[in-house]
Amino acid sequence: MSLRNILDKMEPHFHKGGKYEKWYALYEAADTIFYTPGSVTKSAAHVRDAVDLKRMMILVWMCTFPAVFFGMYNVGLQANTAIDGGLAATEGWRTALTGALAGFDPNSIWDNIIHGAMYWLPIYIVTFVVGGFWEVLFAMKRGHEVNEGFFVTSILFSLILPPTIPLWQVALGISFGVVIGKEVFGGTGKNFLNPALTGRAFLFFAYPAQMSGDAIWTAVDGFSGATPLGLAAMGGVDAILAQNITWFDAFVGTIQGSVGEVSTLAILIGGGVLVFAKVAAWRIVAGVFAGMVGMSLLLNLIGSETNPMFALPFYWHLVLGGFAFGMFFMATDPVSASMTNTGKWYFGALIGVMVVLIRVVNPAFPEGMMLAILFGNLFAPLIDNFVVQANIKRRMARNVG
Amino acid sequence: MEQYISLAVKAIFVENMALAFFLGMCTFLAISKKVQTALGLGIAVIVVLAITTPVNNLIYNHLLREGALAWAGYPEVDLSFLGYISYIGVIAAIVQILEMFLDKYVPALYNALGVFLPLITVNCAIMGAALFMVERDYTFGESVVYGIGAGTGWALAITALAGIREKLKYSDVPAGLRGLGITFITVGLMSLGFMSFSGVQL
Repeated sequence: MSLRNILDKMEPHFHKGGKYEKWYALYEAADTIFYTPGSVTKSAAHVRDAVDLKRMMILVWMCTFPAVFFGMYNVGLQANTAIDGGLAATEGWRTALTGALAGFDPNSIWDNIIHGAMYWLPIYIVTFVVGGFWEVLFAMKRGHEVNEGFFVTSILFSLILPPTIPLWQVALGISFGVVIGKEVFGGTGKNFLNPALTGRAFLFFAYPAQMSGDAIWTAVDGFSGATPLGLAAMGGVDAILAQNITWFDAFVGTIQGSVGEVSTLAILIGGGVLVFAKVAAWRIVAGVFAGMVGMSLLLNLIGSETNPMFALPFYWHLVLGGFAFGMFFMATDPVSASMTNTGKWYFGALIGVMVVLIRVVNPAFPEGMMLAILFGNLFAPLIDNFVVQANIKRRMARNVG
Repeated sequence: MEQYISLAVKAIFVENMALAFFLGMCTFLAISKKVQTALGLGIAVIVVLAITTPVNNLIYNHLLREGALAWAGYPEVDLSFLGYISYIGVIAAIVQILEMFLDKYVPALYNALGVFLPLITVNCAIMGAALFMVERDYTFGESVVYGIGAGTGWALAITALAGIREKLKYSDVPAGLRGLGITFITVGLMSLGFMSFSGVQL
């Protein structure tokens, strides 16, 4: 008996009037993971494509894997290096389990990945279970589908958190992101802010002690060290280099930071696939990059005697903090970004300019990518509106003249 | 010059009237369904703020504040308790004058603004700007810049909200939240985005 047959046999129970009518959303979710839905549009002209929302979202999900594995490796590497430097490993099940499965040798890739997985996996599991609960609850109550948009939201959310974040905060953050950021507007495709970033912003403002500072980026008690971006805010590039962190280190990603955002290289691999597959809009990526380069060159030119961030060149902006991750995975979220082609350029450029502005000018936040993208999301519909209006005007003029 | 630029940036972004102080909420929520009308209202608010804030500044500095009446021979008189009523009177009067002026000389703009113009009289962002101006002791030049900046920030916020609400027409909001409920949530999330400016020192 094939899987299709089993699913078909179960199906009537989930339809209206069936025994498990309430659970239809769950059945539908499981069914469409394995098969393209058989239902077709019945009237008017339409285009059909095997690349539906599900396949698209799954592709994004898989494209984060390079960043995921490098992120785990790096969390372990940072922690093991600190332990190697003489600090005691944090007491608890994570350390016990790492000790049982591997060791604490910073030179061993295996040891690092296992140690890192002990931090990232619980974050991801909590994100997935709690966020999934809300997703399914809303789907069942409101009669829409559970879809893979949540796969993407959950993995992105887990990757932009610091490794030492308490798990209850993870649960709170993803709840806020999914419910207030997405579900109150009606679910996937109907929200206007990126849900993962909404959740993170909520945590950032509600629990700044666990979301920023010097002590949270390396998963060892008593370790304290600023992220390279924090160093740059204090002393510019010289301060980063003084910690023996080269540009190449920052590019490869063996630096402190949120789990998935450290390695520009791994993000470029995943993001490159996304852009190549046309899932992520290249115009947005190019726009963000151009905006960032333009703004940082301008600030380099203006210069400042008191603020070393003014002198930070654009290729450092690129590899530090969440810039690359945000550029490829967050800004290109098709729901909350601009939809028109011209609009995508403006939207991207707005984010690029804003991220540099926040990093350089705003002393309250060392990192600006999260808020810059949220800010861009606010203006995305407006940008679209103006692009469409301009288009209408141009075509009217053409037809009249 | 530099202080004026930083004051303008502060008024537009850092201390955005709508999204940082939540002033002018009634019109902000009510007239933000369409981008075109929101833009019209925003421009009207900019114009009114650009006129009333400096005028109130003159009134405060030359009539109301302690010792302001020295030129008339009453150096010890302090009329600042008349502040509120004077400002609101000035605002109402100026909006009326502006309305008559537009009706007579720029009928196109008058028709475009329609009912929003008189509505601005009761917009708390206008009153708020006058009070902030007094509290922070702005000079005349600063009050001009502050008025224009605060208006621009408010206009920017309402236009962005209108854009989002036009997009939200396609959303499937739960029945209990439709209308104002979801707009409140939207505005809250918007001000989360505007937090990117909080903490900027200018």
